[in-house]
Amino acid sequence: MNTPLLVWIILAPLLGAILNAGFYFYHIKKQKISDKIFSIIGTGTPLIAFLITLYLFLQMKEEGIIFTQNLFTWISIGDLTIQMSFLGDNLAIFMSMFVTFVGWLIHIYAIGYMKGDDAFGKFFAYFNLFLASMLILVLADNPVILFIGWEGVGVCSYLLIAFYYGDKENVIAGNKAFIANRVGDFGFLLGVVTLFFAVGADSLSFSTIEANISNASSELLILSGFLLFVGAMGKSAQIPLYVWLPDAMAGPTPISALIHAATMVTAGVYMVARFHFLYSGIENIGLFIAYIGAFSALFAAIIATKQQDIKKILAYSTMSQLGYMFIAVGLGFYSSGLFHVFTHAFFKAMLFMGAGGIIIALHHEQNIFKIAQHRAQLPIIHFTFLVGVIAISGIPPFSGFFSKDAILAAAFQEGEYLLWGIGMFTAFLTAFYMFRLYFIIFVAPTKNVSQHIYTSKTITFPLLVLSIGAITAGFLNYPAIFGGETMVDAWLVQLNSNVIHMSHSTEYILMAASIIVAVAGIFVAYKKYAKFDIYKPESEKGIIANKFFVDEFYDKIFVQASKKLSTFIDKVVDEKIIDGFIMTVCNEFVSFGKKVATIQNANVRFYAGFMLVGMSCIFVYLYILLGL
Amino acid sequence: MISLSSYAFVSMMLFSIGVIGVIARKNIFVIYMSIELMLNGITLFLVTFARYHFNLDAQVMTVLIIAIAAAEAAIFLSVIILLFRSKKSLDTDVFTTLTQGEKS
Repeated sequence: MNTPLLVWIILAPLLGAILNAGFYFYHIKKQKISDKIFSIIGTGTPLIAFLITLYLFLQMKEEGIIFTQNLFTWISIGDLTIQMSFLGDNLAIFMSMFVTFVGWLIHIYAIGYMKGDDAFGKFFAYFNLFLASMLILVLADNPVILFIGWEGVGVCSYLLIAFYYGDKENVIAGNKAFIANRVGDFGFLLGVVTLFFAVGADSLSFSTIEANISNASSELLILSGFLLFVGAMGKSAQIPLYVWLPDAMAGPTPISALIHAATMVTAGVYMVARFHFLYSGIENIGLFIAYIGAFSALFAAIIATKQQDIKKILAYSTMSQLGYMFIAVGLGFYSSGLFHVFTHAFFKAMLFMGAGGIIIALHHEQNIFKIAQHRAQLPIIHFTFLVGVIAISGIPPFSGFFSKDAILAAAFQEGEYLLWGIGMFTAFLTAFYMFRLYFIIFVAPTKNVSQHIYTSKTITFPLLVLSIGAITAGFLNYPAIFGGETMVDAWLVQLNSNVIHMSHSTEYILMAASIIVAVAGIFVAYKKYAKFDIYKPESEKGIIANKFFVDEFYDKIFVQASKKLSTFIDKVVDEKIIDGFIMTVCNEFVSFGKKVATIQNANVRFYAGFMLVGMSCIFVYLYILLGL
Repeated sequence: MISLSSYAFVSMMLFSIGVIGVIARKNIFVIYMSIELMLNGITLFLVTFARYHFNLDAQVMTVLIIAIAAAEAAIFLSVIILLFRSKKSLDTDVFTTLTQGEKS
């Protein structure tokens, strides 16, 4: 059904971004504007977007229709027509529901976090733009529009990671995120072009691609599927393009929450789900995606066990959870993967906001041991952080359990026991490192606890709302064997190429196994860290604490190599060969000119003689030519 | 009756002498006189052909040229005086301020 409302989901935050940017310019050039106006615009517009989405969702649920909106023809070259149109099907509406909702809460949180910052207005302008880009990505009707959002998200993440650009490290982190994403974007772009050639349809909307996909040769489809997934690797921080994600922690914490929960990193999973018709046709690529996801999950979890920066631990846990999502979508269980995206958005946003609250309370201290040494009284943050930690560890009935368990069960059912084993081991590690974080920050004995209670309403309100979400979101997809209703699975059923159907006893055993694994992780963490002497921090040496030296490896292979190549091109190719050639030609002209210039000796008689010779030549020529 | 070609020959001789004078001589006065000689050679040509064709146009032009040559003489002579004042010489080879090549 055509609806004019759909585009307003995008336009609302976009307008917010423009207004905030305009007001911010006024603020710095002319007259101070109070932070209140920025916060009202900044939080109001995502709320509008959320309410519109909610309205469309309810209508869709009631009548079972799919929304479309065609604005205008954007590009029309030869056979190719690209419409500026948006699509609100089950997947897009599901995605934009929690993107706008969690995004809105993070905006509210940012008011408290950024209070008193000089660049308050700029921050909200970027923030709204970030949300708008993500919504373009989600609601796009064709891969080209999707790519606009894709790039917009990349730009905004760059702007926000390098938000405090006075510090060189932040700028480097921003650049790193941008460049790593560019590698992925390149793959994505090539994938779209390949797909266009493979399918040969004259419009690129998802529905036409899906309808014509049988025309395409399977080699081209595999190629384009792989290239598109390279894009997803970049955006969703999977091996080998994950390196930007931990460094992205340089930005203010609300950005980390937004990147990790609602926008950006989920884009890759969403994109794979959007192309479900492509990936269900080429199974090997699906398996490849699943294995990349599994190894990323394991790899990130191992690194996270030794990190000491609270935000970096959370960053690696995001990468690890994204790995789970890719296992699910790779195996064709799209609804399970997206359900994990959904629950993850709640608890990860909450964990980041909690971490941000702690960091603010302790004057920007991020090392977990130092945080523990100056422990502050943060009852609400303590509670919500615990909820988040339990949820991500996969303890029922918290949301993380249901979504993660569904993915593991899917891997088991497909007979991919290696994936399942990696998933189980990662679940163990997840429980371990998250509770390590929790025990060190909140439980391990410390000498001084500050009695000052630091809480701001804008910080605690979103946390409490999200904690409700983190506890209860799992029941939206309550497994059938508990007599529940798998609402998310039902909502996204048309995507799935695979569904979970196994005997009840197997399912019970698998659930019990994952609970045991999680509890074991918590128990190990408890043994090791509940009484940990925080005044003797762990050493920062060793291969795991140094993140397997991947950054150093990349630096050596890619950065130094391209630096050498650039130097070679600059010093040899440019200066010697190209400049040499051009300067030789130039010098020849100059010396020739100097020789000719000697004729111009200002001697009148010489000039007159020269004229005479010239005129004589002309006359002789005319005489011969005209026969006079 | 003197033939047309004789007139033409005389005027061409005059013109040629003028050209040689401009090129060969160094003295600015002589160059100026040679230029006048070239001018007169051409006017003679014009008058000759005007007579030959019984047409007054060229005669009119000749009178005009003579008048202009008189005016030109006034300017030229004053320029020569100024040139002489600046360099104390009337040798054209001295006046090479605008040269581009090697100064000789």
